[in-house]
Formats: sequence, C-alpha cells, structure tokens
Amino acid sequence: MSGPNTDYDPVEVTPLKPEEVEASRDAALAAIAAATDLAELKQARIDHTGDRSPLALANREIGALPPQARKEAGQRIGQARGAVNQALAARQAVLEAEHEERMLVEETVDVTLPTDRVPTGARHPLTTGAELIADIFVAMGWEVAEGPVIEAEWLNFDALNLGPDHPARTMQDTFWTEPADNHLVLRTHTSPVQARTMLTRTPPIYVVCPGRVFRTDEYDATHSPVFHQVEGLAIDEGITMAHLKGTLDHFAASMFGEGINTRFRPSYFPFTEPSAEVDLVCFVCRGAGVLDGAPCRTCRGEGWIEWGGCGVVNPRVLAACGVDAERYTGFAFGMGIDRTLMFRHGLEDLRELFEGDIRFTTAFGSDL
Amino acid sequence: MKAPVSWIREYVDLPDDATTEDLTARLTALGLKLEAIEKPGDQITGPLVVGKVLTMEPEPQKNGKTINWCTVDVGAANGTGEPQGIVCGAHNFKPGDLVVVILPGGILPGNFEISARKTYGHLSAGMICSARELGLGEDHDGIIVLPADAGVPGDSAFPVLGLDDEVIEFEINPDRAYALSLRGVAREAALAYDAPYRDPAERSVPEPNGAGYPVEIDDPVGCPVFVARKVTGFDPAAPSPDWMVRRLTQAGMRPISLAVDVTNYVMLEIGRPIHGYDADKLSGPIRVRRAAAGERLTTLDGTDRVLSPEDLVVTDDSGIIGLGGVMGGETTEMSATTTAVLVEAAHWDATSMFRTGRRHRLTSEAGKRNERGVDPVVTQAAADRVVELLTTYGGGTADPGVTVVGIPPQQAPIEMAYDLPERVTGMPIDAATTVANLEAVGCELDKHDTTVVATPPPWRPDLNDPFDLVEEVARIVGYDQVPSVLPREAAGRGLTREQRLRRRVGRTLAGAGCVEVISFPFVGDAAFDALGLPADDVLRTTVRLANPLSSEEPSYTTTLLPGLLKAAARNIGRGASGVSLFETGTVAFPVDRGPAPIYGVDWRPTDAELAKLLEAIPEQPLHLAVVLSGERERAGWWGDGREAGWSDAIGIVRRLGTELGVDIEVVSAARAPWHPGRCARVLVDGAELGHAGELHPKVCQAFGLPPRSAAVEIDLDLLMRRARDVTPGPEFSTYPLAKEDVALVVDASVTTAAVESALREGAGDLLESIRLFDLFTGEQVGEGRKSLAFALRFRAADRTLTEEETAAARDAAVALAAERTGAVQR
Ligand SMILES: [Zn+2]
Repeated sequence: MSGPNTDYDPVEVTPLKPEEVEASRDAALAAIAAATDLAELKQARIDHTGDRSPLALANREIGALPPQARKEAGQRIGQARGAVNQALAARQAVLEAEHEERMLVEETVDVTLPTDRVPTGARHPLTTGAELIADIFVAMGWEVAEGPVIEAEWLNFDALNLGPDHPARTMQDTFWTEPADNHLVLRTHTSPVQARTMLTRTPPIYVVCPGRVFRTDEYDATHSPVFHQVEGLAIDEGITMAHLKGTLDHFAASMFGEGINTRFRPSYFPFTEPSAEVDLVCFVCRGAGVLDGAPCRTCRGEGWIEWGGCGVVNPRVLAACGVDAERYTGFAFGMGIDRTLMFRHGLEDLRELFEGDIRFTTAFGSDL
Repeated sequence: MKAPVSWIREYVDLPDDATTEDLTARLTALGLKLEAIEKPGDQITGPLVVGKVLTMEPEPQKNGKTINWCTVDVGAANGTGEPQGIVCGAHNFKPGDLVVVILPGGILPGNFEISARKTYGHLSAGMICSARELGLGEDHDGIIVLPADAGVPGDSAFPVLGLDDEVIEFEINPDRAYALSLRGVAREAALAYDAPYRDPAERSVPEPNGAGYPVEIDDPVGCPVFVARKVTGFDPAAPSPDWMVRRLTQAGMRPISLAVDVTNYVMLEIGRPIHGYDADKLSGPIRVRRAAAGERLTTLDGTDRVLSPEDLVVTDDSGIIGLGGVMGGETTEMSATTTAVLVEAAHWDATSMFRTGRRHRLTSEAGKRNERGVDPVVTQAAADRVVELLTTYGGGTADPGVTVVGIPPQQAPIEMAYDLPERVTGMPIDAATTVANLEAVGCELDKHDTTVVATPPPWRPDLNDPFDLVEEVARIVGYDQVPSVLPREAAGRGLTREQRLRRRVGRTLAGAGCVEVISFPFVGDAAFDALGLPADDVLRTTVRLANPLSSEEPSYTTTLLPGLLKAAARNIGRGASGVSLFETGTVAFPVDRGPAPIYGVDWRPTDAELAKLLEAIPEQPLHLAVVLSGERERAGWWGDGREAGWSDAIGIVRRLGTELGVDIEVVSAARAPWHPGRCARVLVDGAELGHAGELHPKVCQAFGLPPRSAAVEIDLDLLMRRARDVTPGPEFSTYPLAKEDVALVVDASVTTAAVESALREGAGDLLESIRLFDLFTGEQVGEGRKSLAFALRFRAADRTLTEEETAAARDAAVALAAERTGAVQR
C-alpha cells in the first residue's frame, strides 16, 4: 500500500496553474462573447464547458492533488467555470432575444393579400325585410301569422266583404286554379291569413301577416305578378283608428327612423270601413320635398310616400269570421314589402329582387 | 275622372284665390285622390294673341301649293300697332276673321320657337295657329277661327282658348261613383270650402204624359226607371259648340258629333249615362226584359254577341236593339243622317250591369258609371238637359211627349248611435258634429235621443251601414285629426318555433356560403323535360292555373329547382365563376277532395264547414333547394380552388341536420334530375326528406350550367318537424383520449356508412367518435377493392383507459366490421 505522493508539487500540475485556469477562462469568455448566433454559442459551450474542454479537464486533475491543495484548486476552477456559465447564460439570453426578433421580422407577410377563399353567402332582403318588420311587431307583443298561398276563394274574397260582384274583384286581377269552379285562387293579398286568424282564435288578436301574394300584373320596373305584402290585424275591446295611427307611426319610426310618421287619406277597401290610405313622411328629404335644391327623387317632391292601405275592420268581416262585433272592434293595415324595401334602399327596378343575381343579394348580407 | 277647374267653378262658388293646388289638397283630404293636374297651356309661352285678319293674298307656288300672304291686326301686342305680315298655308278663313296668332319670341308645344323668318319671298313674322299646333286636339284641317265675339285684336288668347283652364284628374274609389261627374266633384268642392253649391241636376222638367214613346218594363228590378224623350227635325250636320268640344276634350273624351257629344256631355255633367236611338229606325214600343238564352245582338262596336238570360236587353218590334245600360245595338244606331233622336235615360241595377260588362268584356264610360251606381232620381233631369242641348245646337224640336216608367229605388235608412264616430275613430266627435256632417253629405236625418236615423241621398248607394256613415263624418272632421295612440301591449308569445327554425336554416345556409334567391313559382313541361323527369314522375302532377301568365308555365311549381337552376345559369352567364344559391318556398301538390265551398258571409261557417273548406286546399309543403355550381372555393395565392360537387350538396344537408339536431341518413339513390351514380336519398327516421348530389350531365347542359353542378331539394317542413326541441346539456369526459387508427380493405361496393356503423357498434360504449380520414384504391388493395382508414377515438367517463381496454375495443370493432362487411385489416 503506497501513501500519498508527498513529492507531488501542486504547482507542477500544469492545467491547474492559476495562469492556465485564467487563460482557459478568458478564452471561454472570449469565445462566448464572439458567438454571433445560437449555433456559435452552442459550439462555444461545447468547446469551453464540454467534457473535453480545458476547464473540464483541469477539474478532473483536482482529484490527483494532495488534500491540502485540492481546496484552493477547486475554488479556482469553480470560480472560472461559474464565470463561464454565467457568461453563457447571459449570451444565450441575448442571442435568443435577437433570434426571436429576427424570426418575427423574417416571418412578416403581406397582410393585404386576399382572404376570400370561401365565397360569402347572404339572405334575400325580402326575407330579412319581412323579419325586420315581424320583429318590430313582436316587440310590441304581436304574433306572426301565416297561411297558404293557394287559398280558398271564400277566404280570399267573400269572408273579406269582397262578394262575387264586388268591383274590387276586378281591380285585383286574380290567378285562378283549374278548374275555376274549384274556387281556389293564388291569394291576392295576405288578408285571408287575417280571416283564418279570426276564424280560429278569440280576441284579443294582434297579428302581423307577411307573405307572398299574386296578381296578374305585367312584369316591369314597378309591378310584378308575384310580390310580398305585410298586413296587420288588431281585434280588441275599444280599438279605434287612433290605435291604428299610433301603431303605424310606431312602425314607420322603427323602420325608417325617429320622426318619420304617417298621414291618412280617405280611401276605399271592402275589408275596412272607414278606410284610409297611409302616406309616410319621406325619410330622405324628411318631408321637405326638396333635397339639395332639387325635388327629392324618392318622393318626387311630394314630401310623402304612398305606403299602403288601412282602416277599421268592417263589421261585416267580423261577422263572417265569427267575431262578436258588438264587443270588439279592430283595425287592419297592409303594405308591400317589396315596395317598402325599394324606397328604403333606393332600388330602381323591382325585378332585381327576383333575378337572383348574387351581386344584388350579397350587398345586403345576412340582415337589413 | 278629369274635371276642368272652370267647370267645377260653374256649380260652386269657390273663393277667387283658391288655387288648384289648394283645391286638390282639400279634395284629396276628403277622399277624391289627385292623380294629376293638367295645365294645357303650360307648353306654350306667349305672346299668343287674338288677331284679326285684314288682308289675305293667295300666292300659288311652284310646288303646287298655294300659300296666303296675310296681314293681321294684333293690336299693340307686337309693340308697334302695325299689322303683322304672316304667311299661312291654311285656307279655312277669310279677311275679317278672328284667329290665334303666336308672335316671334313665343314657344309652341314641342319646344317650337317662333321667330320672324324669310319664307316664300316674304318675311313671315309669326304664325296663325291650328288646334293641333297648340296641343288642343288632332284637328288639323285648318287654323282656329274664333267666334266674332271672342275678343279684340291683341287680347291674350290663353283665356279665349281655355289654355289657362287647369284640368284635375282624380282617381275615384269604387264607393264614390257620384264623383264620376262634375255634379259630384263640385259637391265635394263645396264641402271642402263650405261654399254655396248649385246642383246641375236640379231643373224643372216637364210632367210625364201619355204622349211619349211607349215603353214597358218587364223587369223592374233590373231597370227600375226608364225615361224617354224625343227630338225631331234635328240637323245631323250641326257642329257641337266650341265650349262643349273643349270640355269634352279636357275631360278626355273624343268629340264625335253633336248628338253623341251631347249625351257624353250630360253624362259628365250629371253622371247619368244616356243612350240615343235613331227614332226613325225604331218600330213599336220599347220593352226592357232579360234576354232569352241563345238570343244574339250585334252591338255598336260591330261585335255579334250571344246573350245570357242574366243580360238586360232593350227591344222593340224588330227584336233586341240594345244591351241595356251597357251598349246599344247596330240597327238603331244614330248616324250622319239621323234627324230624330229618342233619348233614353234609364236607371239600371248595378250588379246586373257589372255582370253583363264582365261577361261580354265590355268597358265603357257609361258602363263604368252604371255598374258602380248612379243617382236613380236624376233620369228626367238628364233627359231634359239632353233635349235642351240638342234643340239649342241642332235646331230640332222637343217632342211634347214625356215617357217616365217606374219609380226610383229608395235608400234604406240607417240607424247610428251618435257616439259611434267617436268610438270608431278615436277622434273627439260630438253629436252636433255628427249631425252637421251627415247633413253636409246630403243625408236626411231623424234625430232620436241616443241615435240618429239617416237616409242617405240618392246619389250615395254606397252608404248602407253605420260604419259607412262614420267614414262620412270622419272625413269631414279630417283624417289628420286622428290621434296617434298605441294600443295596449299585447301578450304575444314571440315567434313560433317554426318561424325561428326557418331563420336558423337561412342563416346556416348563408353561413355555408349560399346566397338566397326568390323565384316565381310557375312551371311548365319545358322545365320538367330539362330536369329529365320521366313522363309519370309525381312532380309532373301539378296544380294548374286557369289563367297563367304564360302558357309555357301553366302550373304552380312542384319543385324549386327550375327557378334556382335558371338563376344559377344567369349568374354564370353574367360572369360568375361559381355560384351557390338557395331558395325556401312553398311548392304545391293537387289534392282531389272536391271544390272549396263558398259559404255565406252573414255568420261564421261551422267548424265542420271550415274543415271541409280547408281540406280542399292543395298540399303546400315548404321546400328548400340548393344549387352549387362551378367554383366552390376560389383559387388564390393559397393554392388551387375547388369546384362544387356532389359531396358539397350532401354536406349541406348534413350541416342542416347538425344545426337542427336531426340525424340525417344518407343512402344512394337514382332520381332525376340527379346523376344516377351520384345521388343521395336523404332520410330522417326512415322518412324521405329529399335528395342531394351531382346533377345529371344532361341537366347541367339543358340549364347551361357548368358540368358537375350539384343540387339539393328537401322538404323543409319535415326537417323542421323533426328538429330537436330542447337540447339536453351535453355530458363529456375529461379523462385522457385514446387514439386508434384502423385501415380496412373492403369490396368497392361496400358503403362507408356500413363499415362505419359496424365499427361503431363493435367498438361499444368506450368509443367517443369515429371518422373516415382516408380513402384509397389501387393496385395495393386489389381490383374492385378499396381501403378505408378510420380514426377511432376512445374515452371512458370515469377512468383513464388502459392500453388493453382500448385495444380490445378496437379489435371488437374490426371483428364486427369483418363479419358484417368482409373487411380485412391492412
Ligand atoms: Zn323626399
């Protein structure tokens, strides 16, 4: 058994000489500082802290020293390695930040590139327009009633006080189904829905009836054999024309903006008595009739736009539909949805609504 | 109805400063709606003056024409007082005549500017005007020669010609037939200004006597009153007076001859249509009766008509001589040689007039009035007025005989509570106002404590109910006085479930890139042929229209596809590279359950009657159709685009199913108009919802669509009925997911759905989801075989699954797939 080599002189172990350790440390710090990217830094880490690096090799020599020398050498190496690791970490942080910054710059894209990979859909303004109107009335507690478009003649005419010889039956040129003595028509208005409602429900009744209607009109920029109407019906105790006016004023303001109200002119509809035509304050010139010094195009300088018809439900209609006319009164109104949208949106030609050109419809999106 | 303002003013003392605009505004407020105001002179700018022809020298020209070189006294209108030299091509005047002259600087209709110009060797300083040049009519036989008392040279010609007389055109509602006359319009004007009114029908008429033309009425319901007067020795060549011609022209009627013009004039004035017979062509007494079936009459318009037993006819010994109240017959027509006129002023039943007019497709000014209801009391006055005008201007003699047969129908009195106008209109209307306004419209009143009994005037056959009286009271108070009050808040339940679902479907489709269209629901064989529907296809059984817009499309449609495919083609034709469209709309299928009954209207039909009526109405399910054509995803910097195809169509149905919580089952099918190998029949709980897939190549071609266009049509009502009502809150596990992918080779004819359902069933409860992620065919899997790669995802609700558990579930899945479909794991 041999004892420690007392002849061994620590200063004679070259790698552990203070100047050698300092030189290795300085070389490492220099390499770290010189690293310009993370790869070079990685190489510097391997070169100067790896298993075969001078400081690692020197560290391995410590065990060979006599105990009294180990502490000092250990301290020296430890300090050097600590300084190197610290420098590495600091440099790593700097280079990583630089790298990330560069990456973000390099990944810059042209955000103005088109993004329309999938085409946009849209709902038809007549659909969304009818919904807008329905929502205005639903907000007042009304309900939306609907019915078939091929309708019994009795419901489309007779029940509404349009008897077989009523002149209004020729005013509304009607599509009849074959054979005509089947007494079925393409409904000429949505009023049969009102009749159906009165026939099947007990008052109070507050319904709005949007839907498709038919008349044998020529097809041109302002007429169509197929068009859309919304009608309203209120049956309750104590209903008067004043409630009709209030409801239509509210409807007009909701649809066209605050301050847009209506006026009544005496008219004639078999369904109602008294009857009135409803005009709407022109929402473009706000009733002035003049816009920028020229006659307003929307209302043709009138300040008013013809909107629809209305009146107090004729007691004869109440009788045919089983409503107690002694106890209840009612009002009804109706207007064209197509026409309403035409002036609300400044459409020039009604036929645009029925052509199905996606450029027209997509302009409106999914709601009005 | 066109009414010259000067004519209105003849019967009512309007304030001098009442403008036509103010008058029409007030009349509109009363219910006579303004259609237009015509200002006949507004195309002419002065100086347009009365001139007196001093000299005229005919000068023949080389071109064969002869012109007149005239000097015309235009007073001081030309600034000099000297005669004006004018060249005129007309010859219907002579020196001393008063004519109408437009001087240089004036403008005639058509923006025709007048200047002094050299013509035919003279300096012609102005123009002597014809009626046509002034826009006063088509008469271009010569220039206008004014009556000698028309004015003095230099006077403005505007008032002389009535060019400053504005004409108001009204739109008359059916209930206000009385306003189809100046008598009625003026009455409303008097009401509008509370001004004195003179009734043109109020005149003293000779007493009826037995010396008149014999008339018998067989049908006093159809013809309650018949008045006949006769004028003899009448000059058929006598011209109508200028004022009458002008008024008829202003009212939109064409002057024809004195006899015809007088009857038209009196109709406009009093509202009572008049018929004139050539009295020399009549033989024997006049009788009014209903026609016998099969009787015929050639009417004035030259049409030979077969009459109906409902038609009222006028006869004499020769047979039928007129369709009463609608149109006279040819045999007794007045002509250019008529010297004796029998004037008929009869009252006819309005309903009968309406039916006869409609049956024979006859519309006339007389018919329009007779079918809406004419004052039955004014027959004598109207006939007397005709006699007066004929004898005054035609030089004849009034025959002393006056025939009046029958009595005018009476208006039924109406009882109304005084407060009804207030209760109905919401306006504060007291009893005094109610009484005053009813009297103002001509009602005779019998006043009780709480009610008033009103007998409407004879010219108001439209007043039958208390509510009719309310309208009369209210329109005079003024509709602008109606307060604006919201009714009480109604207790509605919001949109129905179906209404909400429809919105949801629309939004889902728009979200899927589809654009909604609305098409006309008319269809014909051409569209069915283009869809390739077999002859016995159920879609060809349609509800047909008796009077379709076009004989090419005589039916209400049974499918939304034709309209949709046409719209898609229109978009493609306009340059769209791809188009995705949808439509929701009703289609119709006939039912054969008899005609829809017509019930009375005095009371509500019974529930059973109502049910009978409703069941006669055709089935009208709501359909949804989609067409996907051309580019579905665009090409771009991101890469290639993608054309629409069968899978997009089926995908849309599945997407709707997911949105509405409905399990959609897809099976292959062959159905026109789809490609027989690329068509899916879509089912819900075994019920057919519709079809989806690629369209048949011939259909694409027929509609002009890109190849491989795809389409869907489903019964939306059915889908919505099956929609999940209340969605239960979902439960899901948060334990780790176990993934297993399996690739199975099956026969090419085995459907993915079959393999998937076997895998799903075999995997058991631990399976969370299954999805096909790859489909592969080729040499490696063998001829007639395909490889389906599924991603299986397992998870337990209560624990982390072990590898053994997962593997066992996977193996069980594969085993069942193998058993059911012959699948072999790769
Ligand atoms: Zn305006």
